[in-house]
Formats: sequence, structure tokens, C-alpha cells
Amino acid sequence: MSGRDAILGKLRQTLGADTNDATRREAVERRLAKPPRGIVPERGQGSDAQKVKLFCQMAEAVSASVTRVRSPERVPRVVSDYLRAKNLPASVRMGTDRRLKAMPWDKLKALDVKSGPSDGFDEVGVSHAFAGIAETGTVALLSGKDNPSTVNFLPEHHIVVVDVKDIAGDLETVLTGLRRKFGKGRMPRTLNLVTGPSRSGDIEQKIILGAHGPRALHLIVVG
Amino acid sequence: MSGTVQARPTVGLFVTCLVDLFRPQVGFAAVKLIEEAGCDVDVPMAQTCCGQPAYNSGDNADAREIAQNTIRAFEGFDYVVAPSGSCAGMLKKHYPRLFADDPDWRERAEAFSARVHELVSFLTDTMGMAAVAANHPATVTYHDSCSGLRELGIAAQPRALLASVEGLTLKEMQDPDVCCGFGGTFCVKYSDISNAIVEKKTQTIEASGADLLLAGDLGCLMNMAGKLKRQGSAIEARHVAEVLAGMTDTAPIGGKG
Amino acid sequence: MEVTSPTFKQNAVNALHDAQLQKALGNVRAGFIDKRRKAADALPEFDALRDAARDIKDHTLAHLDLYLEAYEKKVTESGGHVHWAETAEDARRVVLDICRMQNARTVTKGKSMITEEIALNDFLQLAGIKAVETDLGEYIIQLRNEHPSHIIAPAVHVNKDQVEADFRRAHDYLPADRDLTEPETLLDEARRVLRAQYFEAEIGITGANFLVAETGSSVIVTNEGNGDLTQLLPRVHIVVASIEKIVPTLNDVSQILRVLARSATGQDMSVYTTLSTGPRRKGDPDGPEQYHVILLDNGRTSMLGTEFQDMLRCIRCGACMNHCPVYHAVGGHAYGWVYPGPMGAVLTPSLIGVDQGGHLPNASTFCGRCESVCPMRIPLPKMMRHWREREFERGLNPATQRYGMKIWAAFAKRPRLYNFATSMAIPVLALFGGRRKRFSALPLAGGWTKHRDLPAPERRTFMQQWRERESRKQGASA
Repeated sequence: MSGRDAILGKLRQTLGADTNDATRREAVERRLAKPPRGIVPERGQGSDAQKVKLFCQMAEAVSASVTRVRSPERVPRVVSDYLRAKNLPASVRMGTDRRLKAMPWDKLKALDVKSGPSDGFDEVGVSHAFAGIAETGTVALLSGKDNPSTVNFLPEHHIVVVDVKDIAGDLETVLTGLRRKFGKGRMPRTLNLVTGPSRSGDIEQKIILGAHGPRALHLIVVG
Repeated sequence: MSGTVQARPTVGLFVTCLVDLFRPQVGFAAVKLIEEAGCDVDVPMAQTCCGQPAYNSGDNADAREIAQNTIRAFEGFDYVVAPSGSCAGMLKKHYPRLFADDPDWRERAEAFSARVHELVSFLTDTMGMAAVAANHPATVTYHDSCSGLRELGIAAQPRALLASVEGLTLKEMQDPDVCCGFGGTFCVKYSDISNAIVEKKTQTIEASGADLLLAGDLGCLMNMAGKLKRQGSAIEARHVAEVLAGMTDTAPIGGKG
Repeated sequence: MEVTSPTFKQNAVNALHDAQLQKALGNVRAGFIDKRRKAADALPEFDALRDAARDIKDHTLAHLDLYLEAYEKKVTESGGHVHWAETAEDARRVVLDICRMQNARTVTKGKSMITEEIALNDFLQLAGIKAVETDLGEYIIQLRNEHPSHIIAPAVHVNKDQVEADFRRAHDYLPADRDLTEPETLLDEARRVLRAQYFEAEIGITGANFLVAETGSSVIVTNEGNGDLTQLLPRVHIVVASIEKIVPTLNDVSQILRVLARSATGQDMSVYTTLSTGPRRKGDPDGPEQYHVILLDNGRTSMLGTEFQDMLRCIRCGACMNHCPVYHAVGGHAYGWVYPGPMGAVLTPSLIGVDQGGHLPNASTFCGRCESVCPMRIPLPKMMRHWREREFERGLNPATQRYGMKIWAAFAKRPRLYNFATSMAIPVLALFGGRRKRFSALPLAGGWTKHRDLPAPERRTFMQQWRERESRKQGASA
């Protein structure tokens, strides 16, 4: 008997599956077809403007830094200002996301924009978020051919661009958006929910930023 | 017998074995307070212990027999009141569980447990007592015993009544809700661990600056008082009922000095 | 790993005498409790979410076979492989088979208690494969050849000077003047060393906080980012997870996430919550080429349908141990196996037998603080009591305790005999108590008087005095 049969067999026996199988199956199918929304905290349920404000507040509370700009055209300038302020080399790594590509990077002659996944030698990575979550100041990043996940973890500094129209009150709303984008029950290979820069408290419970992932997370909120 | 209709609620006092054996005056303080609250008190002689030592040791058969005795002994009272959160918790929360497989006794146990109260919360929550007539000029600190706090939600009630005691100042210790390490038979089965826990407790008691430690459970009090005495501390210990009833002319738990 | 739970009492004594450990345990009290309370208080829906989280897991456990099948189907659809393992040995064998297929020499590991449970590192080492722990705490204890003493803070028992000594020993190329005196510089050193390992490893192994039936995703929740690098950079990602990690839908994950980090570290949300679904997709520039999930039973199916079923709701947040006076006193290693604290006191006897782990559910004051903070509302004290019942039924507790209990119960069940005996004994005891009204030593009470005085009783029991008072009253009114 395979491990699968053994485990499932034991479960069915204990759960009385033979006697009420139809009801049980129906309950499972119903839940999978229509995931209940559950309890969603009031905190993130304000107006759009309140959501953006809360998103920025919550992100800063977990040691991310935030810059707000009116239009995507401003993003390359903010990135270059960030590099200068932090004394970083004029080089960034990013995927080929069309929203990033549409930005006027070529206007910054001195900035070296490297394309593709990170090789582990990048000081700065730039990503575009699928969404922001106001409740916790979280950004949701999706993997895909234009969005390497390595950019989210290997660089020392991670800069994430978020459109205000993509800032939702709660994770549930973002999950609904994912189902719409990829189809029910489907996901990209990786969904990263990132809330602040990497940290560890493993030595004497003292929290230090920059454990294995980026030491700094900078959010550029557009719109 | 006076022949008039009895209007006052009747209370059966569950003395608790520790109060019976070690500190009867807590029982008399309880009687006084319950009477002041407007009840008639009686003490059924057919009571012994709530059965926790057996129950917590996994000996449910003996615990059930003891529970049956207790339930029988207290039939006919409007209320059953115990000067202990731990024993009241046993009577109120755990008796019904003991009879999960016995529908008749389960019903009896549930009817019984509905009438059970811990002393101080009975005075305030059931009888509406808001103040006592006691006077006790002392700086006290109050330890929340675990079962009373977490099984019965007792925290505000003793503090409210203590606030009405003339001359008394309450100084909270750090983490009054953390266990003192007594745990019934735990304190002898795992005496070294229990000791480490009570040592931390007495540190916080000392640091509170109080000169009298109060709590609602004699087991915890004997543990903490015993440790304070062993450490040579001048802090005295009493059951909260003694102070609320104004019965503090006797020696504190574990003696003076 | 070697099981030392049977010598819990001695382990505890050793721990109590370990000054360094005692100092480190102060960090548990200071580091977790206030943060949890603040985070919980700041979310008005927190307690309602605890109820919701409990209900989600209860529903899942009642339909576990069906959700496992749905999950398996989704993993397969997304190009991943599901392996079913009844025992720890089965799970280890699957891991080894995959390693052999890949000719793997190095595997990196994200922090996972389940691979501790199946003692994977030692097994791989014997097979000639280097397993590198990448979580900072896990890395430290791996260098020390120890096991985690806390399920979310594995090196909580170690101080920074010890870490420095371990790093200097293991990284023997470091110049003597390299500063390794502070957590910051120690972290930098670990970060540097481990970066190379992520790239070198052929296989990355993680556990899972959740497995999602709706999508076939595995979820890890971390703060460092090591788990992500572990599952992102090597060619193969293996997830080892026990079967009760299943939740039905992504929304259910969201509900439980709201109580997980708050209960664990007092964060609203951990830094990285990552959902992985299958291997890298066509055109993806990075990600593993293979994705395997090992679904492990290892005793869980035997807990289902018993009085220990609620334990399967556990999400391994560590709140119970963070709030446990016994854990605070003795630390995690004293518990003698993988899982310490109250959750370990329930789980360990379930997984390795009550004959081995019997001390753990007994070593509790039943203070109930664990249950009061458990995000999944697991009735931990109640289940510890169930273990005591099983021990008692099987006659596993020491004979002296059993007979002592029986003698006491014989009295307690007979009120007249009891009152007579106590009314005889108490005056004698009171007499010996003397004017100090306490004992500093007493025959048969050594467990008590070793550490504290025993307050002496008054002259007569309450029952004696009450009877006298009542008969006086009756005499007066007659």
C-alpha cells in the first residue's frame, strides 16, 4: 500500500467518510469555489485617500521609507536621488516589467540600468508591485517573465514602485485581484508579500535590519 | 425557628480543604462577608475537598466520587460559595466535564455549577456589594491567582472592594497575573521548578514596596508566604477575605517575623 | 535526535543552575510578551480572528482527506510533485532520493521544525550531503551542534559572546581583529558566509506554515529572507510539511496570518510571507526548476478523532512557551525533544509516546496562561490533563504518587472519616508548628520545605470550630 493510500485511508476511517461522504464533499467544493471573506479589520476600510495614507504610515512603522510622486515619469529621478542620498553606485537591477520600462530611465545618463534576474552582486533592485495593502503597509510582488523574484531578495536595497490605484485596504481584496488576473485556483510561481526590510532578532532578541534579504526597503508611491 | 418566611438567599459555604485545615479564619471571614451581603450561610458537614488533587493527577474515578459527594452535600442552597478561585473553578468549570459520559450526573453537575461562585466575585457581581466596612492601614499588593483570573475572570472585583477599605493603599506588583508556581501537587512533584517560579514572584512582591501580600487562594498564599518567610522577608501575607472582613487581629499566614 | 524527555526533572535542575541560560531566558520574557500584547490590543478584531482561525482549522481537520486530495491535484497541475510519507523514515528517504537524482552535495535549509522532527540534517550528513541551516538562529545552533530551544527563536538560549566564539571556531580564517562583539557584526558575518551557500546548493529545503488547497501553494512566513533565498536559488525546492498544515483557501491563510505574527513576535505581519506554487514557469527568469512537496503524517492521523485533535490546529507561533512560567524557568532543551513549552507538553507524548514524554504534561501548574494567548484557542491545559489521565489509566506514574493519591482519595471520599482524621491530626501539626507558626522542615513534606517554609495550621480545623459554634448557637436559642 502506498503512503498516499495509507494516510488517506486512515483519515477517511477516522473522519467517518463512508457514511457522510456526499455532504463532506459538497462542503469542501463549496468552500473552494467560493472562499469566504472572513473577518476583515476595519482599519484598512477607509476612503482611497485614507488607504494610501495608512499604507505609507504602516510601511514606515516597519522601517520602510516612502516617497510619494504624482506620475510614473518622476520615478527614475526619485531612484537616482535615493542612490545619491545613500552614497550608492549609480546602478540598479530590474526586470522588464512594462510599467517600469515605460519610465524615462534613459534621461538619467549616469544611471546604469541592468536588466534581468539578480546575480547577487547588485546593490539596488527595483520592482513594480502588483498591489499594496494598507492594513499592514505590505507590498505584493508577483514573479513572471518580466519580474524576477531574485530582485526582491538579493540586492542590499530594494526599491518598490506602487501605484495608488493598486493600494487595497486588505489582503483579501488583493487575493480577489489575483484570482481575476490568473483565473480561479491559479497562481504565479511566487507571490511575495513584503512588509518592511529583512530583519532578525535571533541574537539576544535584539532586532537588526538586513538579515539575508535587503537591508532597506524604499517604496515609491505613484499617483 | 422564627416562623417567618425566609427572604434571604441561602449560601452553602464550600470551605476548601486548605482553609479547613490550615486557616479556618478565612472561612469565618467568608461567612461574615456573605452575611453582610445579605445571605444566610451554612456549612454542610459532608464536604471535604473539591477533588483537584485527584483530577489533576489523571485519577478521574476518584475525582468523580468526590464530586458526587460535593454535589449531594450542597443540594438545596441558592448559592455555593468558595473562598478560592481554584476550588470554585473546579466546582464550576470542571465538574460538568467529569461527567461527560454520564447524562444524569452531567445534568446534576451543570445545575450545581450554575450556583457556584468564588467568594469575592459573588459579593460584588451577584450580591452587588460595592464597599466593605473594614479598616486596615497598610500598603498591600494583590496577586491574581491563575484559576480565579483565567477560569472565572476575577481581577477587578477584589481590587474594587479593597479600594473601599479605609487606610489601605494598593501598590501593584509587576505582572500580578503571572503564576506563583504553586500548582497544587506540582509544587512538590517539581519542587525545584516551582521554587524558581516563586522566587521570581517574591522578587516582584518585594519590589512593589507593599508590606502585605493578598490573594484569593490559600494554596498560592501558603506558597508565596512560605517563600517570603524562608527568605527572611518582613512582608506578611493574608487571604483577601480576612482584610475585607476586618479580621486581621490574628497572626498572618506563616506567622509574624 | 536523542530523546531526553524521560530525564526532564534532572534536565530542569541542570537548567536552573545554568546561570548563562537563566540570563538568556530573561530575553524571552522581555522580548515577546509586551510586544504581543501591544499588537493584539491594537487590533479590535483580534479575538474574533482567533475564533475564526480556530473554526477554519476545525473545518479543515474534519475534511482533511478531501482538502489533501484537492491540494495534491493543484500542485500537480502547476507542475509540482507530491510525495506522501507515513513516517519520518519515509520522508527522509524521499528527500534522499531527490538529492541522489540531482547529484546534490549541498542543500540549504529554511527554518523548519518539521525537519527537526524527522532529524533530517543528521541523516543527510550520514549520506554525505551537507545540509546548511540558513536562518541565523538555526545556523548558530548548527555550528554548536545543538537543537532549537524555542520553535521561533531557536538560539534564544545562547548569548552573543557564545556566538562570537562559535563563529571564530567555525570560520577559522577570520582575522583576530575582526569585530564580532555585537549582534550587528555577527549578523553581517553570517550573511556573508550564507550568501555563498545559497548559490552553491543544488537543493533548497523549506517547511511550510500553510499549504493551500485552493491553489496548491506552500506558504512560508519569515523575517530574515533566508527562506526565500533557499527556495528561490537552487535548482530544486523541496517542501516538507505535515498534513495538518493544509488550509482550504487563500482567504483562510489571510485570516490566520492576522493572528500568527501578532502572537509570535508582536508584528502585524512578518516581513516576508511567500506563496510558492509549482516550479518556475515558462519564460520565468529565476526560480527552481523542480518543486516537490513531502506530505508527512508521522503520527498526526493517530491524533485525529482523539482528545488530542485540537492540537492539530497549532500554527507553531510560540506564544504558549513565551508565556509559560515553566518554560521561563527551564528553557526549551529541558523538555528533551523537538517541541518545548506547553505545545510540546501536549505534542511530544503524542509523537514519541507518553512513556517517553510523560513528564512534560505533568510539569505544568495549569496556570492557563498558554491557553489564554493561543491564537488557535487550543485548550492546552485540558490536553495535558488528558495525558495525565492516560498515564494514570496505564499505571505509568510512580507508585508512590499513585498510592499516596489513593490513600488521600480514600479519605476525601468519606467526609465523616475525613473530618475525624483531620480533627485529630491538625492539632498535633499545630503544636509542632509552635510559636513561629511555620515549619522549615517536616517529615514527608520535603518537596515543600526544601525551598520554602510551610505555614502551620491553627489549633482546630474550620469544621471543628464551626460545629462548636453551631452547637453553642443552638444551646443559646434552646
